[in-house]
Amino acid sequence: MLYDFPVISLKQDKIVDVIKHLRDHAETKFQFLTTLCGIHYAEVNQIAVMYQLHNMVSNQRVRLKIYLPVENPVVQSLTSVFPGANWMERETYDFYGVKFEGHPNLKRILNVDEMIIFPLRKEYPLEDQVRVDKNDSMFGR
Amino acid sequence: MSTVADNINVGQKPEGLEGTGFFATRLEQVVGLARKNSIWPLPFATSCCGIEFMATMGAHYDLARFGSERLSFSPRQADLLMVMGTIAKKMGPVLKQVYEQMAEPRWVLSVGACASSGGIFDTYSVLQGIDRIIPVDVYVPGCPPRPEQIIDGVMKIQALVESESLRRRDSKEYKAMLNTYGIE
Ligand code: SF4
Repeated sequence: MLYDFPVISLKQDKIVDVIKHLRDHAETKFQFLTTLCGIHYAEVNQIAVMYQLHNMVSNQRVRLKIYLPVENPVVQSLTSVFPGANWMERETYDFYGVKFEGHPNLKRILNVDEMIIFPLRKEYPLEDQVRVDKNDSMFGR
Repeated sequence: MSTVADNINVGQKPEGLEGTGFFATRLEQVVGLARKNSIWPLPFATSCCGIEFMATMGAHYDLARFGSERLSFSPRQADLLMVMGTIAKKMGPVLKQVYEQMAEPRWVLSVGACASSGGIFDTYSVLQGIDRIIPVDVYVPGCPPRPEQIIDGVMKIQALVESESLRRRDSKEYKAMLNTYGIE
């Protein structure tokens, strides 16, 4: 529970069914997927995918989290339940390397195609390594 | 003849031989003079520096005073590429294509810390200076530079344009320099 905001962690293979149920069930009606994104927990070697749903009628929210191993983060795509997940899953793939099975067009969306890293994983420096002439103390490092 | 008001600067005619009814000078200097005072800038503005540039174009600073009346948002006929703002790596090929589409002779003005060096955005996604993909003639420092600084940069470009030899673009050095950028 975060403020009045329930956070539920669950098994990854059930996630699509659970969200579909939350969307369709008459008592929950979470019909708006507000956010879908990745989080890298470097200390436990896991990548979380976070789904945030909104019930527009009762103005309630819920957050669902699943945890995937960094080596092979694969999860079912949510695009069949929420078409709006398309963009967000591509972004999550672009930045965290999470593979969404069944996504119609899973390729980089914001970064250059030639990029070989997933920049928001905590394994990679955020700085561009090509410059040697910048004074680090000016950049809070 | 009417006298010229003392707050107006009249362009100097180039050095040459003068006599009654004739004036002889070097073609290079005439061409330089013409080019210098008829620059057509192509603004490539992506972020905050671009806003500063808009002020430069406005009535108060009035870039049009420099013969840069027509801002060309197309590479056609433009001969000064003004890059103002953060260039993401994904934008790099676009910028390079715009540069390649401009005809010679062409000059490049890099406005602001971002265009010149990546600025404060020392990150995986931002190009660390446009001189990594296209050659730059004049850099304008600042984050953002004031319109006066942009005008100063334009005037520095004008000084280059005026004094450039007509054959510079055919020189081995110039071609070799373009080759380092992979431009034919
Ligand atoms: S140099 Fe500064 S003002 Fe100019 S685009 Fe970059 S951040 Fe903005």
